[in-house]
Amino acid sequence: MPPVLPEGPLTDEAVGRLVRPYTVSDGRTRATSHFTLVTVVRATGVQTQGTFGLEHAQVLALCESPVSVAEVAARMQVPAAVVKVLLSDLAEGGAVVAGQARPPSADHYALPDRDLLEAVRDALLKRL
Amino acid sequence: MPSSNDCDALPAEALPVGIKVLIAGGFGVGKTTFVNTLSEIEPLSTEEMLTAVSAATDRLDGVENKATTTVALDFGRITLSPSHVLYLFGTPGQERFWFMWDELSEGALGAVVLADTRRLEHSFAAVDFFERRGIPFVVAVNEFDGAHRYHAEEVRTALDLRQEVPVALCDARVQRTGIRVLLELIQHLITTRSSHGSDTAPPLLRT
Ligand SMILES: Nc1nc2c(ncn2[C@@H]2O[C@H](COP(=O)(O)OP(=O)(O)O)[C@@H](O)[C@H]2O)c(=O)[nH]1
Ligand SMILES: [Mg+2]
Repeated sequence: MPPVLPEGPLTDEAVGRLVRPYTVSDGRTRATSHFTLVTVVRATGVQTQGTFGLEHAQVLALCESPVSVAEVAARMQVPAAVVKVLLSDLAEGGAVVAGQARPPSADHYALPDRDLLEAVRDALLKRL
Repeated sequence: MPSSNDCDALPAEALPVGIKVLIAGGFGVGKTTFVNTLSEIEPLSTEEMLTAVSAATDRLDGVENKATTTVALDFGRITLSPSHVLYLFGTPGQERFWFMWDELSEGALGAVVLADTRRLEHSFAAVDFFERRGIPFVVAVNEFDGAHRYHAEEVRTALDLRQEVPVALCDARVQRTGIRVLLELIQHLITTRSSHGSDTAPPLLRT
């Protein structure tokens, strides 16, 4: 897939696409707090009874193998907030499972665990 | 959380942990280049809703009935291991999108502030943002061709950085130098942990 936005100095200006989250979320609200941009999700293959739309099917198809919320959003070209809504519908019925991501700590930064940091460091060192 | 040797582990536990690092700095400093050089996937950008400020992150309340504009974020992926995946997000450079940074920085491990020595002042705002929020960051000087080569210490002084903030040199087009910058950030976090005394207890048994 080509980059979504053109190269060059327009990149940061090239915003302002209008979207209507209403159509995709059919006016309902769901708590989507367990999904962050970097939460990794995967379809389970579980069939659900819900009346899901085309967008739900698209999400399912995109997460046949593990993929982040941000990647699903980029590939569908819809805002991440909309993808989170679709994912929470799917997760409710067990059609999708989600991995862990650092939870947003309300108003102050918390240092990550040392084990996590060392795992990241060691993996990066291997790439040098 | 069930222990990892639980045979009936939930399938979700097999999924990697997603880790977020922000790539910030002024317009044209090389954020997009940096992210794309390091990423193992083709350049992608995701959109966040412009009107969806913090309160609306979890719910679409209030944006439901409005058309809303979006802002694009570059992002890249580095699969570190079967259990950890690093995602790099290039923050929108323009100050009018800064309210988004708050949302974007939630849950982030830390940040890289790219700086161009020809216009260091373009990175002041990013430095200030992370300092105010106590989010650890490193400054990476992107060495553009033809730009005067400064020493890290000169950059530190010019940006008025605290002594503990690492300053690294890089070329946003070269993967190796980008990896080094990420390593500087991780090492900075490890050092900060140690100096805060967070690690006085010996680590629990590791497998
Ligand atoms: N010579 C040189 N050019 C660079 C480097 N990094 C970025 N560029 C170029 O500078 C321009 C702006 O970079 P870009 O990544 O789009 O900056 P952004 O606005 O921060 O995303 C692009 O034309 C890049 O090709 C670098 O390290 N050296
Ligand atoms: Mg850019």
